[in-house]
Amino acid sequence: MELENRVAEIIIDKLGVKPEQVTPEAKFDTDLGADSIDQYELIMGFEDAFGLRIDEEEATKLTTVGKVVEYLKGKGLDQ
Amino acid sequence: MQSMDRRVVITGVGAISPIGMTARESWENAVAGRSGIRRISLIDPSDFSSQIGGEVKGYDPEEYLERKLAKRTDRYTQFALISAREAFEDSGLEGNIEPERLGVIIGSGIGGITTLEREHKVALDKGVHRINPFFCPMMIGNIAAGQVGIDIGAKGLNFSAVSACASSGHAIAIGADMIRLGRAEAILSGGSEAPMTLTGIGGFCALKALSRRNDDPQTASRPFDRDRDGFVIAEGGAVVVLEELEHARARGANIIAELSGSGMTCDAYHITAPAENGEGSARAMRLAIEHSGMVPEDIDYINAHGTSTQLNDINETIAIKTALGEENARRIMVSSTKSVTGHMLGAAGAIEAIFTSFALNEGVIPPTATLQNPDEGCDLDYVPGKARQAVIHAALSNSLGFGGHNVTLALRKYTGE
Repeated sequence: MELENRVAEIIIDKLGVKPEQVTPEAKFDTDLGADSIDQYELIMGFEDAFGLRIDEEEATKLTTVGKVVEYLKGKGLDQ
Repeated sequence: MQSMDRRVVITGVGAISPIGMTARESWENAVAGRSGIRRISLIDPSDFSSQIGGEVKGYDPEEYLERKLAKRTDRYTQFALISAREAFEDSGLEGNIEPERLGVIIGSGIGGITTLEREHKVALDKGVHRINPFFCPMMIGNIAAGQVGIDIGAKGLNFSAVSACASSGHAIAIGADMIRLGRAEAILSGGSEAPMTLTGIGGFCALKALSRRNDDPQTASRPFDRDRDGFVIAEGGAVVVLEELEHARARGANIIAELSGSGMTCDAYHITAPAENGEGSARAMRLAIEHSGMVPEDIDYINAHGTSTQLNDINETIAIKTALGEENARRIMVSSTKSVTGHMLGAAGAIEAIFTSFALNEGVIPPTATLQNPDEGCDLDYVPGKARQAVIHAALSNSLGFGGHNVTLALRKYTGE
């Protein structure tokens, strides 16, 4: 499965949002209704799914769907 | 004596239990004497001495709650939410009360033990860094009350009552007192429990508190019977809407019964065993009668705590005689609906208060369905086997908890006066 789809799947599962809401520009807080605890859980979901650790400072920068995908690509996870 | 002018009535009920997905369905099955006890299916019970329980059957949280809410709540909180939604809708209070004057008191004996066990396993297997961030706000024993407040927008007083199997008895007693004191116009009071886990069942098995009648689940909970051998663990939720009488009258609410008073005591005796002769329970019943401005002669029915343990049933029987006097005790009807629900622990007091209010409202006494051979010393009219038609005017509902907590609720038929 493509990286984008895997990320979207996790977001849909954790936040209970509709697939069409999960666009690259979508902000987790204002667009997808995630509070801070939702976002911590989301980060842990990405960590579990992709087998990596995202440190807190990096995690705070991952505010949109697109930024998560870019971050994971940067870790070489799209190959 | 009625201690204050403000009176409290029940204007809505909700429940999800081993014998029904609503308060009404649970009541109909309690009256019919249909047992909700089966072999435990939520986990593999093979290793337990007691392998039977009262589970909420065919339950899928996402049929009741929005997906995200269902995923973010422990099973015990879900039962509270479902019961509270039903009770609130039943009351017709939505839009008819200031949110700041609407409170919530939901009790639980244990809290989110399913969540606690799951995340403890995660911590052991994968490390403490993998504990879910929702762990604390899912597990804590007050979160059911908090979630109900969020769900219905109740902005008045809000907390939880924790007194083991007396928790929701306390929630209702305190809720009514808060209304009498003028601190709220209406309060959703009740309890919920979801103890069907490895340590939940295992812990009560270790205490030798649970019935081992694994080959005959439907008659395993047999309060007051000579062959009783322990209680049957159960789960569920139950909530009543308590409302100040004039507030209810002014909006033309359907009044189910009056919550006329309560008595609360402690045995100060032992962590699990009742005091000799049910001394603390007897005092709670006396206090509830006095608080209501009644006398023992007024009481027609008692919904007993009646757990089906050796110690409870004989001591509660003696306590009833002590509290009401021998003659009154022999005149009245006493039944234990735990014969069909099992013991819903922190939700027991609330579902039994609902049954008691329906008994007053409809003139039907639910039976001690499984009672066949009353034990020596258990010599009251326990309404064995079949429900009975009887117009009754006042009733008590007992809830007793580990720790020596005793609560008796006093209810009266509402006649419009």
